[in-house]
Amino acid sequence: MSKRFVSIWFRHLMTDWLVRKQPGLQNKPFVFTAPVHNRMIITSASPAAEAQGIRATMPLADAKAIVSALEVFDDQPEKGSQLLKALGEWCIRYTPVVGLDLPDGLLLDVSGCTHLWEGERPYLKEIITKLRAIGYDVRGAMADTIGTAWAISRYGKVTPIINSGEQAAALITLPPAALRLEEDVLARLQKLGLYQIGSFMNMPRAVLRRRFGQQLLLRLGQALGQETEVIEPLYPVSPYEERLPCLEPIRTAIGIEIAVKVLLEQLCLRLQKEGKGLRTAILKGYRVDNRMVHAEIGTNRPSHNTDHLFKLFELKIPCIEPALGIELFTLEALKVEDVSPSQEALWIGNPGLKTPAVAELLDRVAGKIGEENIRRYLPAEHYWPERSIRPAADIEEKPTTAWRTDKPRPVQLLFKPEPIEVTAPIPDYPPMLFRYKGKLHEIRKADGPERIEREWWLDGGDHRDYYNVEDAEGQRYWLFRSGHYSGDNSQWFIHGFFA
Amino acid sequence: MFVNQQSGMPAEKADIISQLQKDILRLQGFRSKSADITPDIDLGPVNTAFPNAIFPTGAVHEFLCAVKEHSAAATGFVSALAGNLMRHGGACIWISVARTLFPPSLKTFGIEPDKVIFIDLQRIKDALWVLEEALKCEGIAAVIAEIPEISFTQSRRLQLVVEQSKVTGFILRTSPRNANTTASVSRWKITPLPSELEEGMPGVGLPRWHVELLKVRNGRPGVWKMEWADGKCVVVSDNKAPASTQERRLKAG
Repeated sequence: MSKRFVSIWFRHLMTDWLVRKQPGLQNKPFVFTAPVHNRMIITSASPAAEAQGIRATMPLADAKAIVSALEVFDDQPEKGSQLLKALGEWCIRYTPVVGLDLPDGLLLDVSGCTHLWEGERPYLKEIITKLRAIGYDVRGAMADTIGTAWAISRYGKVTPIINSGEQAAALITLPPAALRLEEDVLARLQKLGLYQIGSFMNMPRAVLRRRFGQQLLLRLGQALGQETEVIEPLYPVSPYEERLPCLEPIRTAIGIEIAVKVLLEQLCLRLQKEGKGLRTAILKGYRVDNRMVHAEIGTNRPSHNTDHLFKLFELKIPCIEPALGIELFTLEALKVEDVSPSQEALWIGNPGLKTPAVAELLDRVAGKIGEENIRRYLPAEHYWPERSIRPAADIEEKPTTAWRTDKPRPVQLLFKPEPIEVTAPIPDYPPMLFRYKGKLHEIRKADGPERIEREWWLDGGDHRDYYNVEDAEGQRYWLFRSGHYSGDNSQWFIHGFFA
Repeated sequence: MFVNQQSGMPAEKADIISQLQKDILRLQGFRSKSADITPDIDLGPVNTAFPNAIFPTGAVHEFLCAVKEHSAAATGFVSALAGNLMRHGGACIWISVARTLFPPSLKTFGIEPDKVIFIDLQRIKDALWVLEEALKCEGIAAVIAEIPEISFTQSRRLQLVVEQSKVTGFILRTSPRNANTTASVSRWKITPLPSELEEGMPGVGLPRWHVELLKVRNGRPGVWKMEWADGKCVVVSDNKAPASTQERRLKAG
């Protein structure tokens, strides 16, 4: 299938934008100016100013002489590209590949998109009328090549749609400027009397190259389709993306659910054929009011299970605000991994972390309450209790060292050791009594001390001498003295409870 | 055993009733003896308290822990039970709203701590949602939840879920304000007991608990003294001498 491109030309990008912002300026002559070599030069002029003969690149003083009531605004150099980017994002509803054509245009790769609007003419008409309704004076053209589309959008007078393969015929009557050439090449063509592309289009290439340089040949080739030219898309198109344009704007949760289901079915079918599964996916909804809403999901294991993925999105649907309605949904798999064919039969009766059901459960939980609240721990090679475990990176990570059971460790460990008052008779002996939360505990049995040193390369401070003690009621505690014994100044803490 | 031998009742009617009562037991998660020869959890003499003398798996058990010390004892006991359920390599989910559990200690009670997935939440409402979702998931050996409160309706929901999925759930009610009725199959209270060592030996002995089975559906509640020894829970009688010293791993630091 041949490529089709649309070029959109914003004739008065900056001035239209200002009129949109300040409707009072409608039909008034005003200009944007920027200082060049100590002179104020007009960068863009409103249609009313242009009607009186004011052009861009004209000095402001000359323009003031023509129209004394001219309003002058400072040019904002970055504004143009910002506007174009925003407009380009808006155009993504018509095609995924939208490129900027600075300073005042957009390029759309519309190959295979037009049939959704029942043909090329209604498609182009739709874009142009919508943009004009927003308030931008635009011209658009469609052709097989970017070059021809650009030329027709700026200089075309007959028809905006050039049928496939008819670029040469369309270009013949256009001026050389339609080929996006540099100023000096244009001046040389002008000097030689070549006012139309048709007059040099069929000249021998060697002659053209010698007289006008390689650029003319390249631009001519690009316009005629002999040279390739690609659009640099605003957003790179994801290899796994599905789109669902809606006939009517979607406003209900049910509607969004149906859209998600349809998109997931298409995407999962594709992933399944290629033996892949998605790890993260993003659903984007383009709203009527030019805003975008999105919902993102992630899975612990690559999945192409429509039901499971739908359940994950189902939790997110209440967060999607349709406002006046969503016109287009896109579902994009941001992260895709190979999926090993599931051998579910083998896992029956041997449930473990690898069971798909467990991974799916965790996905749902992560979707609802956040992934950071789900933890798994692996042993770390540290004696210091707080550092003896580390969180696992994912559900499949295996411990590299064994869990130690040679030293007693409490079932409950306080997040922060709490200070206690003790009566300790002899150095390096467990205390006889301790008071914790106002209650006095008389120690009957004790084990210890187990000295745990701080790792000086990680942090400084006192070591801890841990005692495993049992009180008269049989309750077992893990106490420690911070640092060496120093009479009444010894600091004691409770750190945990044994079963 | 529940057959009502009313005089004058036709024999087939009695059969029907006894069959129905058996069905009710089965639906409530109590397996009959013939269905499973080796039960997952064997608590020795405690088994007689349960219907069909089998610890009910695929049900929700509730543990009351008034203070932190009791909660530690209950955690130990529940870990021992869950450890039995996880013997075949299953995963365990530990849900809590204020977790102080120290994972390495689970190894002592027969659980591989890396097979436990901890889900920490702020709100009880979220914890109950996660608990219900986890109990629905058939690939899980045990689900343990530390939550202070659960209403009858919420516990009924959980019970209905486990009847479908056959997952075993343990709810540790940490410092509950009131011990309201719930639909759990049993209610326990575990308190620590002083450990006992051979005469004259210093140090702290093996974990010992006062296990109270306050309520059990279709069973007989009771009170036992249990000890965690040699990787299983054993009932100790008052006159029985403590286990010999070489079996213990005395931890004199």
